[in-house]
Amino acid sequence: MQMTYLEAIADAIRLEMRRDERVFLIGEDIGTYGGAFKLTKGFLDEFGSKRVIDAPISEAAIIGASIGAALNGMRPVVEMQFMDFVTNGFNQLVTVAGTTAYRWSIPVPMVVRGPSGGGVGANPFHSRNSEAWFAHATGLKVVCPAFADDAKGLMAASMRDDDPVVFFEHKGLYRKIKGEVPEGEYIVPLGKARVVRQGMHCSIIAYGSAVHMALAAAEEVAKEGIDVEIVDIRTLVPFDEETVLESVRKTHRAIIVHEAVLTAGFGGEIAARIADKAFSYLDAPVKRVAAFDAPTPFAPTLEQAVLPNSTVIANTIRQTCSF
Amino acid sequence: MARKKTVGIPAEFRREMLRYMLMAREFDTAMLRLYRQGKAFGGVYSQLGNEAVSVGSALALDRTRDVLFPMHRNIGGHFVFGQTLDQLMLNHLAREGSQMRGTDGTGHYADPALRIYGNVSHLGAMIPVAAGFSMADAMRGITTVSMTYIGDGGAQVGEVHEALNFAAVHKLPLILIIENNQYAYSTPNSLEFACERLSDRALGYGMHGVTIDGTDVEIVYDTCLEAVQRARRGEGPSLIETVTMRMRGHAEHDDFSYVPKELLEEWAAKDPVERYIDRLDAGGVLSRAQAEEMRTEILAQMIEAIDRALDRPWPAAEEGLRNVFMTPTGEQR
Ligand SMILES: Cc1ncc(C[n+]2csc(CCOP(=O)(O)OP(=O)(O)O)c2C)c(N)n1
Ligand SMILES: [Mg+2]
Repeated sequence: MQMTYLEAIADAIRLEMRRDERVFLIGEDIGTYGGAFKLTKGFLDEFGSKRVIDAPISEAAIIGASIGAALNGMRPVVEMQFMDFVTNGFNQLVTVAGTTAYRWSIPVPMVVRGPSGGGVGANPFHSRNSEAWFAHATGLKVVCPAFADDAKGLMAASMRDDDPVVFFEHKGLYRKIKGEVPEGEYIVPLGKARVVRQGMHCSIIAYGSAVHMALAAAEEVAKEGIDVEIVDIRTLVPFDEETVLESVRKTHRAIIVHEAVLTAGFGGEIAARIADKAFSYLDAPVKRVAAFDAPTPFAPTLEQAVLPNSTVIANTIRQTCSF
Repeated sequence: MARKKTVGIPAEFRREMLRYMLMAREFDTAMLRLYRQGKAFGGVYSQLGNEAVSVGSALALDRTRDVLFPMHRNIGGHFVFGQTLDQLMLNHLAREGSQMRGTDGTGHYADPALRIYGNVSHLGAMIPVAAGFSMADAMRGITTVSMTYIGDGGAQVGEVHEALNFAAVHKLPLILIIENNQYAYSTPNSLEFACERLSDRALGYGMHGVTIDGTDVEIVYDTCLEAVQRARRGEGPSLIETVTMRMRGHAEHDDFSYVPKELLEEWAAKDPVERYIDRLDAGGVLSRAQAEEMRTEILAQMIEAIDRALDRPWPAAEEGLRNVFMTPTGEQR
C-alpha cells in the first residue's frame, strides 16, 4: 500500500496499540489536535484519553513519567513536538533511561520519537539533528529511518524492543517521501543496514534525509559512468558494522553523509570503524559530507549553505573516485 | 482578581499607551496579510488580545536602565523599547541587514543597545538568563529590573520553577509575567495546571504574586509599576499572571477549531485595544476618530516597512558560515 513516511509511522503505532494494551502515547497536543504534524490524528478517538495523553509542556516530566510507567509494565511512546525539545528531557533519558538496564537489569521499554532535521526554513530550535548525542550516551538505541516502509518496520521494532529507543523522524520526509509499505504487521529489526543502491566504484554510508541526498548525487554521477553503492544504516545504535564493511571491501572507497553537523558526528564513528577494519581495502581516504558546524539557520540562503546537499556529495564522489 | 483604580496617568501618556497598542495590533494585521500572501515563513504568531500586557508591562520599565526579555507575543514591548519597524520586519522576514543576519527568525533577536534580549524557542529557557542579567548588575551594586514572560503552557517547564526559586533566594529584581491566554497550542488550562491561579505559586517561592485582567492596559501598567518599585527597593522578584485570551491560532497555520466559539466571542467584547479607545474617547483624552486616524497612519507605516524589507535580498549565504564563535577558532573546512 502506498503511504507517506508520516502515515507509515502512524500505521505502525496504531497497529501496535491495537495489538498491545500496554502501549500508550504521551506528548503535547497529540490528542485533540492530533499532534503538531497530525501524525496522531484520530488516535484519541480510537484509543481514548487514557492511552493518548495530552501532557503539560514538561518534557522532563513526560519522559520521566514514561520511564516510571515502563518500569511498571507499560510501553510508552513519547512524542517530542519537535525533537529539539528533547533537550528539556535529556537528563531523564540519558541519566535514568539509558542506565537502568545496566544497573538494575530491569527493562525500560519506551520510544521517544519526534520530528527532527532541517531544510524546511524553521529556525535553529526546530531543525536540529541530535542523534549523535544519544548514540554517545550509552544504553539508548537510536533509529533514523529514510523510507516509508522502514519507518513503519523500524517503529514497530522499536516499540517491541525492551530498551529505550530514540526515534528520529525527519520532518522534511514526512510528506515528501511516499512508498510501498507492507500492510499489517511489519517489522524491520534494529541493527540491520540496507543497501539501497548497488554499485561498484564507491560506497556512500548514510541515514535519514542524507540517504535521499546521496541517491540524487548517485544519479548525477551515474551519467559520468560512476557507479555508487549506498548503504542506509537505518539505526545508529545498534550499528550494523558488517554491512558497511562488506560494501567498502567491495568498492574500496567510502563517503559518509549525514545532515547533522560534522564535528563529533556519527560519521566520525563510522570512519573510524572503516579505518580500523577495512584499512587495507581502501583506495582513497574516507570522506565525510555533513552540515557546517553551526546551528541550523533560518534564512533559506543560510540554511542551504550550512546543510549538506547532493551537489556537494556528487563532487565528493568525483574526488574520491579520481583519487 | 485584583483590580485597581488608575489615578493620575497623564493624558499624553495614555495616548502613548494607545499608540503602542495600535502598533502591536497593526503589526499583526500586516504580518497576517504577509502570511496569507505566502511571504512570511517560519510561523506567524499573532499577539491579538495581548497588546495591553506587552505594552503596559514594558512601559512600567525604565528603558534606559531596565531590560526586556520578550516572548513571541510581545511585539508591543519591542516598540516600547525603541525597536524600529524596519529592524523588526527585516528580522521577521530574515532579510539582509537584519540584526540576526538571517540566522534566526520570528521574535528571537536581541538588541543590547536597546536593552532587548530575545528568546529561544524552548519555552522558559530565558527566565534563568533574565535572572542572571539582573544578578550581574546586583554584583556591581546596580538594580536592573529584568522583565520577562511565559505562557500558561510554558509555565510548566522545569526551568521556570528553578529560575523563580533562584530569583527569590537571591532577591533579584526579576518580574515574570505569566500570560494566561487560556491555551497552550491546543491544550487548555485544565490540562496544563491544577492550581486555581498561576500566581498562587508565588507564595511557594516566597515572592510577590498577583493575577490581573490582562486586557486592561492601565491595570497592567499599574501592577507592573508596583512590581518594578518593589524590585527597586530590593524586595525581590514578582510573579504577575495576566488573564487574556489568545484570539487566533497558536500560529497562523492553526485554525484553532478546538476553541469554543462562545469563548472567543466573550473575549472579543473585551478587546484591549477597542476598549481602551472607548475609554479614552469617553474621558475626552482622544476621540475615536483621532484613534482611527492614528491606526491608519500606523498601518501605512507597517506596509511601507514591509515593502522596504521585501525589497531587500536574503542575507548572503556566507553569513551562515561565520560567527559561530566570537573568536574564530582558525579551523578550516
Ligand atoms: C520546551 C518546549 N516544549 C515545547 C515547545 C513547543 N511549543 C511552542 S509554543 C507551545 C505552546 C505555548 O503555549 P503557552 O506557553 O501558553 O504560550 P502561548 O503560545 O499561548 O502564548 C508549544 C507546546 C517549546 N517551544 N518548548
Ligand atoms: Mg497560552
